[in-house]
Amino acid sequence: MAAKTGVYLCSGCGIGEAVDIAGLRRVAEKDRRVALVRESNFFCGRDAGWIQRDVGDGAVNRVVVAACSPRFYGAVFDCSPDIPVVRVNLREQVAWCHEPGCEDTLMLAQDALRMGLARAAGAGVTQPFLLADPSKTILVAGGGLAGMTAALEAARAAFRVILVERQEFLGGWLRNVYRCAPVGPPYTELAENPVPLLSREVADHPGIEVCCGASIERTAGGPGMFDVTIRQGERLRQERVGAIIVAAGARPYDPAKLTRLKNLGYGTNPDIVTSPCFETLALEGGGRVARPSDGREVRRVAFIQCAGSRDPNHLPYCSAVCCGETLKQALYLLEAAPDSIVFIYYRDLRVHGREEHFYRRVQEAGAIFIRSEVLNVAVRGGSLSVEADDIFLGCRSRTEGLDLVVLATGMVSGSGGGGLAEGVLNLDYRQGPELPALKYGFPDSHFICFPYETRRTGIYAAGCLREPMDLAATLDDAAGAALKAIQCVEMTARGQAVHPRALDQTYPEFNLSRCTQCKRCTEECPFGAINEDARSNPLPQITRCRRCGTCLGACPERIVSFKDYSVSLISSMIKAVEVPEEDGAKLRVLIFACENDAYPALDLAGAGRMRYNPWVRIIPLRCLGSLNPVWIADALARGIDGVLLLGCRQGEDYQCHFINGSELARTRIMNISETLDRMGLEAGRIRVIEVGIMDYARIPDILDGFVKDLAVLGPNPLKGF
Amino acid sequence: MREAPGASYSLIINSMNKTILVAGGGISGLTAAVEAAEAGFDVLLIEKKPYLGGKVAQVNLYFPKLCSPACGLEIIFRRLAANSRFRFLTSAEVISVADREGSFEVTVEVKPTFVNENCTGCGRCAEVCPAARANGFNYGLDQTRAAYLPHKLAHPFRYVIDGKACWGSSCARCADACPYGAIELGMQGKTFIIKAGSVIWAAGWDLYDTARLGNYGGGRYPNVITNMMVERMASPGGPTGGKILRPSDGREPGSVAFVQCAGSRDERHLGVCSGVCCLVSLKQAAYIRERCPGARIAVFYIDLRARGFYEDFYVKVRDGAGIELIKGKPGEITEDPSTGNLVVLAENQPGAQILEEEFELVVLAAGMAPATPCTGIHVQDGDGFVSPVLSPGFYAAGCAVRPMEVAPAVRSGAAAALRAVQWVRRRGHGC
Repeated sequence: MAAKTGVYLCSGCGIGEAVDIAGLRRVAEKDRRVALVRESNFFCGRDAGWIQRDVGDGAVNRVVVAACSPRFYGAVFDCSPDIPVVRVNLREQVAWCHEPGCEDTLMLAQDALRMGLARAAGAGVTQPFLLADPSKTILVAGGGLAGMTAALEAARAAFRVILVERQEFLGGWLRNVYRCAPVGPPYTELAENPVPLLSREVADHPGIEVCCGASIERTAGGPGMFDVTIRQGERLRQERVGAIIVAAGARPYDPAKLTRLKNLGYGTNPDIVTSPCFETLALEGGGRVARPSDGREVRRVAFIQCAGSRDPNHLPYCSAVCCGETLKQALYLLEAAPDSIVFIYYRDLRVHGREEHFYRRVQEAGAIFIRSEVLNVAVRGGSLSVEADDIFLGCRSRTEGLDLVVLATGMVSGSGGGGLAEGVLNLDYRQGPELPALKYGFPDSHFICFPYETRRTGIYAAGCLREPMDLAATLDDAAGAALKAIQCVEMTARGQAVHPRALDQTYPEFNLSRCTQCKRCTEECPFGAINEDARSNPLPQITRCRRCGTCLGACPERIVSFKDYSVSLISSMIKAVEVPEEDGAKLRVLIFACENDAYPALDLAGAGRMRYNPWVRIIPLRCLGSLNPVWIADALARGIDGVLLLGCRQGEDYQCHFINGSELARTRIMNISETLDRMGLEAGRIRVIEVGIMDYARIPDILDGFVKDLAVLGPNPLKGF
Repeated sequence: MREAPGASYSLIINSMNKTILVAGGGISGLTAAVEAAEAGFDVLLIEKKPYLGGKVAQVNLYFPKLCSPACGLEIIFRRLAANSRFRFLTSAEVISVADREGSFEVTVEVKPTFVNENCTGCGRCAEVCPAARANGFNYGLDQTRAAYLPHKLAHPFRYVIDGKACWGSSCARCADACPYGAIELGMQGKTFIIKAGSVIWAAGWDLYDTARLGNYGGGRYPNVITNMMVERMASPGGPTGGKILRPSDGREPGSVAFVQCAGSRDERHLGVCSGVCCLVSLKQAAYIRERCPGARIAVFYIDLRARGFYEDFYVKVRDGAGIELIKGKPGEITEDPSTGNLVVLAENQPGAQILEEEFELVVLAAGMAPATPCTGIHVQDGDGFVSPVLSPGFYAAGCAVRPMEVAPAVRSGAAAALRAVQWVRRRGHGC
């Protein structure tokens, strides 16, 4: 269908005063694809109906709105799904940040409109990617508290659930637990173990199929179409599921490693035990604890916190729950035998929220708290003692005649070794068989605001697999993961992307006849969405795709395209920029800005009415990772003097919601230095800068500084060729 | 019927028994809303303030990554803007929730903002407005015009008028200046009863009122400030453009003391630990270390509660130079009126020695007090926090349930969204 573009020029919010609307109209009318041009100062309100009417009449089949930032009024300007709508940001990025009426401002506005017209002309219409028969079943791997809760929560929302547990019984870690810390008001009383009730509820729920003594041999496919091979004894079965919740839990720190901590004495006496071991003793004794050496009931017990935790040679982190666990163990000991004497050696007592009431309760029950950074467990003639630097008393103190010493140990991820939860999912993914782990081997999300932002689409971690957490946090986490799984199957069935480009219906298409099997796309996809066949051809799994466009940026053959975002589309926008040929006094700078951070920062600079150099031309990218180096070559070949890439922070505390966009962009820039050399251009014409939204105040300095440095290099020698 | 910014009343009134109503537009409420809407359910969010984002919108940087909350909010707002199932009302407050056999009637009071939804955010009204008001977003550390944008990243991006500060129709310069007919100085508040299939209470928390801490001179000595004020000052968009300054004289402090558990873990005030203040103070100590090189920084604490992987952040800040961690809770703070400096009296636990030291600025690490529940919520515990399940169909999320930092608040929001989805779905299926 031939393009019939409608151009809607807004003069409101100061745009009319800053730019020459009549001039913009002439620019639009010169474009033969433009069917009509309308002007108003109030398209977002009073005259919003004009666009819908023109579209309804069939007068236009693509819409260019030259007004405010696309971050506003999206819903007002959106037409039907088959009408591309392109926004030209004349408010925040032209009128509000450049001198009104000045020639440079007018040229900027005209270029912005030309780029928008090019984008509209090239944009195609996307049909959502629909699976023939998407599965909405949810698979839960792990039958502990988190797994059972997730399964039950998903089933209560009327989704079918398959729960796979390795052990012969449900319950996981909690099966070995005697009592739990308080879970409800007044937060001072011990709670029953929730496992018996919960596992019965899970087993009885008609929507949950429980497979105990089972493991997952292989997981292939993607959201809406995971093909999972489950092994139960000798039996193998295939299940198709839509989303997966991994709740494989954590493990206690290996006590054998504690023997290296000589001061704790672990391994030298059977009555020096770990906290999980103590819990088992309590479970066996119904709250009464018999000491391992001679079976005598314990009366004098010392708990030692942070055994192997907060220690760079063991676990550098804190496991969050050990303090609460010790309080619980101290209390049931004191309740079973009130004449017991309990000492708790701690560094910082780390309980949270309402656990404070429990802490008080245990203090009132008579536990003696000794704050100490340095201590020593000694065994003398069968009797145990603890010597410590008591910070309260400011001196060395000693407790003697102990029946038992309990070492509160922390949690480690998965089944040991490097990777976490090894052998849980056995993903048939080009990029590894399990959820990628972050620091310390836990596959937590990197994001504070988006704890379910997983690196494997449709696979959500829950519970202590993700990070050490207590019961209340686990219940929330499991329910939240169940919601994400539900969302994923629903959105996949509708052909939509999940977070962060939620609801996006576009997806990458691969023109495989031109593929050279270079494997860049399969290696660089941050979400493992592209597999490979034996001959290294990419096998994109669209339902795993998060639509960042990293594959598009990676491909040297330019075979990856979205209908509204492609190498040729962005190239056509670059070509739409008019580069003044005379003397080069007016430089031209192309900015590729990450949509999530840099683009809003540019908007905010405008909203703050900050002034910056008007020679810049801005193109938003889905992610800097989608930057194809050919665009830079295009820009420089056209005589544009410099290219600036604005992306998010990289490194350990990275900000990129597509994992490593800025980093990929940097690597690609380095790789094209040879091309630059060949063109006779300086590497300084390209710069990558990290910009967060709240760095908006730095925008003028960054842009003006770059233009200044370019001026030193002089105009692009390719100008005018 | 008049339309308020952000949503159309007619749509709200017609909301059916399947709508999930979320009370509170902070991080847990926003999350509950966006997650439920993306799961395919109709959501109506009610926010008391004229903007969405709640407390996190006031926070400069999150610990431990030291990244701006604006980044996550931007994504949430984009996801919500793209979702036709989501509607919201700002400057509106849930007054009561009545359970009608598993569906709900929610009474919502909409406050007049004197600006209607024609507002485009152009700012002409503020340019001509002659009246000023203390800026509550910045805890009164600066002023705005009576016609103001709630903050630089406000969503919705619309101006509002503070009725108390506005000179009224006798002035009306804003109405004359506005090209869009957006100013309505006669706007009245309204009360609506809205039907909902499920309700999520996510009203969040209030900073504990440090004026109640008489021994610390909270609210009395100008240079005794709260941790939230530090957040605002540290923000590049804040009242001091990112500088940490003494309110009394606008000078950069040469020494700063952080007082942990200011009102927390104290049965006369907040009986519980908020779990975040230790990390917030460590973060703010890092702000000050960066912004005021050479300043002495001391943190007085009982237990340094950097749980889980936050330990890394604690170690990183602690091991950087220039921060003293002092085990001991100050008993009293007095002011030297001639200098505005503050003398902190505390016991340093190791050795039980009494310290009496002078600082130029004191930051009270105040905790989270649960927001006052609306009618229809039965407070579940002695601290004022509510249960995550209030009644079938009526759920709670975030810091209204227990004090928590952002990531668990988000998980809690998602969990509440799930419970609401379960309820609406089951009722829809007639079981």
